[in-house]
Amino acid sequence: MMDVGRHPRIKIFTLSDIQSIKGYIGNFNVKINKKARLVDENECTACGDCTKECPVVIPNEFDMGLSSRKAIFLPFPQAIPSSYIINQQECLGKDPIICGKCIKLCEKGCIDFDMKDEEIEFTVGTIIVATGMEIYDPRDMDEYGYTRYENVITSMEFERLINAGGPTKGEMIRMTDRKIPRSVAFIQCVGSRSLKKGGAYCSNICCMNTIKDTLILKEHYHDIDLKVFYIDIRSFGKGSEDLFRRSKGEGVNYIRGLPGQIREDPNTKNLILSVENTATNKLEEHEVDMVVLSLGVKPHGDAQKIQEMLALQKTSDGFYMEAHPKLQPVDSATKGIFFAGCSESPKDIKDSVTQASASASRAMRLMSGGEITTEAITALVDKEKCNICGICAHVCPYNAVMMDKDNNMPAQINQIACTGCGTCAAECPADAITMKHYTDSQIEEQIDSLLEESPEQKVVTFACNWCSYAGADYAGVSRLQYPSQIRLIRTMCSGRVDKKFIWRAFKKGAPVVLVSGCHFGDCHYIDANHWTEKRVKKIWKKMERIGIRPERLQLEWISASEGVRFSKVMKKMENLRAKVTLEEIQDTKRILQEHNE
Amino acid sequence: MSRVGVFICHCGVNISSTVDVEKLCEEFAQEDGVAIATEYKYMCSDPGQRIIKEAIEAHNLDSIVVASCSPRLHERTFQLCIEGAGLNRYKLEMANIREQCSWVHKDKEYATLKAKDLIKMAVAKARKNQPFDQLSIPVLKKALVIGGGIAGMQAAIDIAKAGHKVTLVERTPTIGGRMAQLDKTFPTLDCSA
Repeated sequence: MMDVGRHPRIKIFTLSDIQSIKGYIGNFNVKINKKARLVDENECTACGDCTKECPVVIPNEFDMGLSSRKAIFLPFPQAIPSSYIINQQECLGKDPIICGKCIKLCEKGCIDFDMKDEEIEFTVGTIIVATGMEIYDPRDMDEYGYTRYENVITSMEFERLINAGGPTKGEMIRMTDRKIPRSVAFIQCVGSRSLKKGGAYCSNICCMNTIKDTLILKEHYHDIDLKVFYIDIRSFGKGSEDLFRRSKGEGVNYIRGLPGQIREDPNTKNLILSVENTATNKLEEHEVDMVVLSLGVKPHGDAQKIQEMLALQKTSDGFYMEAHPKLQPVDSATKGIFFAGCSESPKDIKDSVTQASASASRAMRLMSGGEITTEAITALVDKEKCNICGICAHVCPYNAVMMDKDNNMPAQINQIACTGCGTCAAECPADAITMKHYTDSQIEEQIDSLLEESPEQKVVTFACNWCSYAGADYAGVSRLQYPSQIRLIRTMCSGRVDKKFIWRAFKKGAPVVLVSGCHFGDCHYIDANHWTEKRVKKIWKKMERIGIRPERLQLEWISASEGVRFSKVMKKMENLRAKVTLEEIQDTKRILQEHNE
Repeated sequence: MSRVGVFICHCGVNISSTVDVEKLCEEFAQEDGVAIATEYKYMCSDPGQRIIKEAIEAHNLDSIVVASCSPRLHERTFQLCIEGAGLNRYKLEMANIREQCSWVHKDKEYATLKAKDLIKMAVAKARKNQPFDQLSIPVLKKALVIGGGIAGMQAAIDIAKAGHKVTLVERTPTIGGRMAQLDKTFPTLDCSA
């Protein structure tokens, strides 16, 4: 922490929210809002005089509410910046009639109630997303009685109690009588590995954390009786199995089975755990002085905002999704953006540090070169054809279209900002936009050639490169079988799928057409797939109007990790296809001929 | 008339156990605009890439279709390969006959039919592939780190020590994150501060 705080090349903005990030690899424009601290962080010496007469007493978040702090406070002794802060929601204000005591106490005059939030703007070449995680709230699991029974605490509260700098100066005490417990039970997987509550995934850190906790307790209080209730102990990784063995060697009792319920003895405030011991298949009751819930972790609430801003993708558990699970484990699918720590998945300190260094080196690889080359797959406007309607500028998720309607200037596309989704090309009413490497005529040729023979046997599927095409690959890698009638046409984004491609496929005899892309919020091109949906809805209406069954055009969102879903959707497509008769296909061709589509 | 080269990969037996690679080769060799259609056990291997490079020269090919695994895996491999033989990288087209065909279908007849369509589509597109130059973009030597926990701090210090500027943005009043709250940490039971 100290190293970061004093490094001349690191500028730290605390109390700051990211407002917006625009731009692209190599040149991101960042806007942040630095909230007013009301204490000059450069002048404050953290002497603590200001806090002495502050009348507002608040539970201290840093100690998980096990101690108190004032409305003007230092988050913890080693905080960086080493400066007090006033919480504006809690403070009574500067009015001397009401309070304003801290202002008088600060001899250096660092307290400034007129300090305003600052908007700060800067540019960067690369971004590392390390938004971290949140800890599962165990009140969700009523059977363990957290908050109902005072002697049931969480693993984070345990950390503060056992910490020499914590509220009890490192003594583990029972909340009800302040005595050192003679027996403690740890319950594993609280908020993890459950399909009902918390996450379905393993939170990675909690087994080892509990093993560590048992060793610390045994070191502090040699005779303490410790029990750990678990599903499996996952002590993988260097040094971990050793630690587990040491814990067992110290006499910690590991019991396989999670308690179904905890009751409190109203007199002693002891806790009685009912558990099915799955090693012996017996129902057991265990009475202990204290219970520690070993909490799992979940994605941070802030992750959503950053995800939308940077067009990142998430896996089904809510953590950020890497560009490739094995070969690019720290890259995001958006170039120039990398993940570090628990934002990508639950990790212990060692893995967080390892991943952070990996991300840093990936970012440095870009920055050290000073320039990078990118794909030439971008859009181009034919000035002659452009009718200056402005639709392309309206649909572009990247503001890459320069437009001057007032001066009758045709659209122009910034070749660096353009990422090649092709939405503009699909929406342009004048067909004035060419999508390089995915031109209209190239996609039409693909449609034609796939429907050249026995078109009634085929399902034309448009798949976006990042999600649904990758989902098909995932189905392949997992060897998930599906009907062989499916034919994929790859586009960079589902936004590229022009309505004329769909009509063309039907005209050439396609029984079913599927347009597939990323889930909303997952689109690699921010929100280009919203235009896909709008377009498909319009076509459905028209199909209905002119007498073609709208069911024959399908729209599905399939993510890169949804191989199972991909194969299910393909089975559904084949069922739809099997119901389309040759007569219906002939009818469709006739109708489309009549309507000149 | 275009001069497309079609290169079909067996991927060991990953493709050829479900797709009749030889038959496809014979059929595509007859196709209009296809100058050569050939197969090899592993197209991505050095000898496989050499076959492509030599064919580009020998047959004066102007577009390449590689029918093998997913382009998400080996598109770059084959782009570099044809670049090495003097063709622009955008002259490459891939037909995904492994992930999206041989691995997901068991019936050899139907899988071969599908593979044929996939290659046909790739040839149709490849005929119209144009050469493009990649764009060069300058990269600012400054990084943004979002989040001041252990991971954010480590990334920031690594980048700063390598000589680049870093801006670290943290939502709370201090950096340190969760780690600052911990006492001793596994597996070495040392202090986290």
